[in-house]
Amino acid sequence: MTAIDDVAALEAELPLEALPLDAWHRAKGARMVGFAGYHMPIQYEGIMAEHSWTREHAGLFDVSHMGQLTFSDETGGASVDAALETLLPSDIKGLKPFRQRYSMLLDAEGGILDDLMVSRPGDGAFEGAAIYMVVNGATKYDDIGWMIEHLPDDVTMNHMADQALLALQGPEAGEAMAALIPEAADLIFMQSGPFTWRGVPLWISRSGYTGEDGFEISVPGDSVALLADALCALPQVKPIGLGARDSLRLEAGLPLYGHDLSPAVSTIGADLGFAIQKRRREEGGFIGHGRVMKELAEGPGSKRVGLKIEGRLPAREGAQIYAGDVLVGEVTSGGFAPSVGAPIAMGWVSLPYSALDSALEIEVRGKRIAAAVAPMPFVPHRYRRKA
Amino acid sequence: MSRYFTDEHEWIDVEGEIATVGITDYAQEQLGDIVFVELPAEGTTFEKGDDAAVVESVKAASDVYAPISGEVVEANGALEDEPALVNSDAEEDGWFFKLRIADTSELEGLMNEAAYKKFVASL
Repeated sequence: MTAIDDVAALEAELPLEALPLDAWHRAKGARMVGFAGYHMPIQYEGIMAEHSWTREHAGLFDVSHMGQLTFSDETGGASVDAALETLLPSDIKGLKPFRQRYSMLLDAEGGILDDLMVSRPGDGAFEGAAIYMVVNGATKYDDIGWMIEHLPDDVTMNHMADQALLALQGPEAGEAMAALIPEAADLIFMQSGPFTWRGVPLWISRSGYTGEDGFEISVPGDSVALLADALCALPQVKPIGLGARDSLRLEAGLPLYGHDLSPAVSTIGADLGFAIQKRRREEGGFIGHGRVMKELAEGPGSKRVGLKIEGRLPAREGAQIYAGDVLVGEVTSGGFAPSVGAPIAMGWVSLPYSALDSALEIEVRGKRIAAAVAPMPFVPHRYRRKA
Repeated sequence: MSRYFTDEHEWIDVEGEIATVGITDYAQEQLGDIVFVELPAEGTTFEKGDDAAVVESVKAASDVYAPISGEVVEANGALEDEPALVNSDAEEDGWFFKLRIADTSELEGLMNEAAYKKFVASL
């Protein structure tokens, strides 16, 4: 038999690099795999246990493979905002200090090049940069190339390659944060700010990608092990691998770039229209606007949907979706959902078959399993929206 | 009864002309939490190396090959209700299927427990 982690299969031919917490993960007994060009922990004690721990307590994820970028100019941010509004469909000019937004990079045809988080540091953080951005690890060098091509000369982009990123996620994340950095525990969802811990400058946002309440913490790479140790010394916190991160985000109905999102698909079909604020829809002026407007008016050709699956057999990425004899789509993420106790999936389905409760079939190894379009998230979000 | 091991991480117990097949403890450990096992139907015949079963962990599906040729005489129905048996007891109650051995010479060259342990240690 063959034991293949599909995450490992994504590994490129390039030699893998070590991130700042590499030795820390190994010392904690992590099984390491290649992902996005780095050695990454896929699991410690087991995906199921780590998944449940995060849903009940707080999990610490190392997401240092993601790209952290800042954008600066000589005009106090005006050039950055204007330039980024040509690249991103979201309202950047209206982004207030200490706030963040989900957005994406679109190509000229409106296909999705990456999804990302964009935030506005207040004065002083990140050396006075106007915008701080976190992009996916597997796409960061492509993103940087794309942005260099499209940004004007008066905007300076800095890739903070030495900066680490941790995500603390789960219902006890706030309590854990309060034990270490009490002021940061007052943040609410999509708020962020600069903090200091034992003299180390941190940028903390109340966000994450598991559907749980939690934080993302940007920390210099040379201090991240110290911070990870301090967090994992708390009774609420255990280190969690990429395996559980994937099952958590799937249950949360959050799309994963390279799987559920790609240049072949569009924002509106992906159900990410919320990232394009009214002014941007109307005014346009961003790359890919034509496709967005067309799909807002006419509807997309196909849509990203959640799929409830009958029985115990998981449907994985690539499984084809049928309505009778008609091939109507494909699973883009799928697996066993520990908190649901059943297999679930996310996929793209052509518009006429994408309505809630549409009865479909998924082909797994030549067999058809019954599935239905289901509402997402599969597990309710628990973001902390109010102080 | 003799137990053999393959380098694909199956174990085979041979009793007379019947072979019981499962995956090793090392294999279940590598796969992680097992959530589904697809077993062959009784009466199916396999050539050595054929896809015989599929084991699904939370993350991924992995094929289990027939370690020797033969006809399936029984599948372990207990795994349908409790796939995690493969995690908790891979080398006993977590067996996959029993084969009527077609060619006992295929058992030659398989590893015994000591050789398998050494093989795993080298991975």
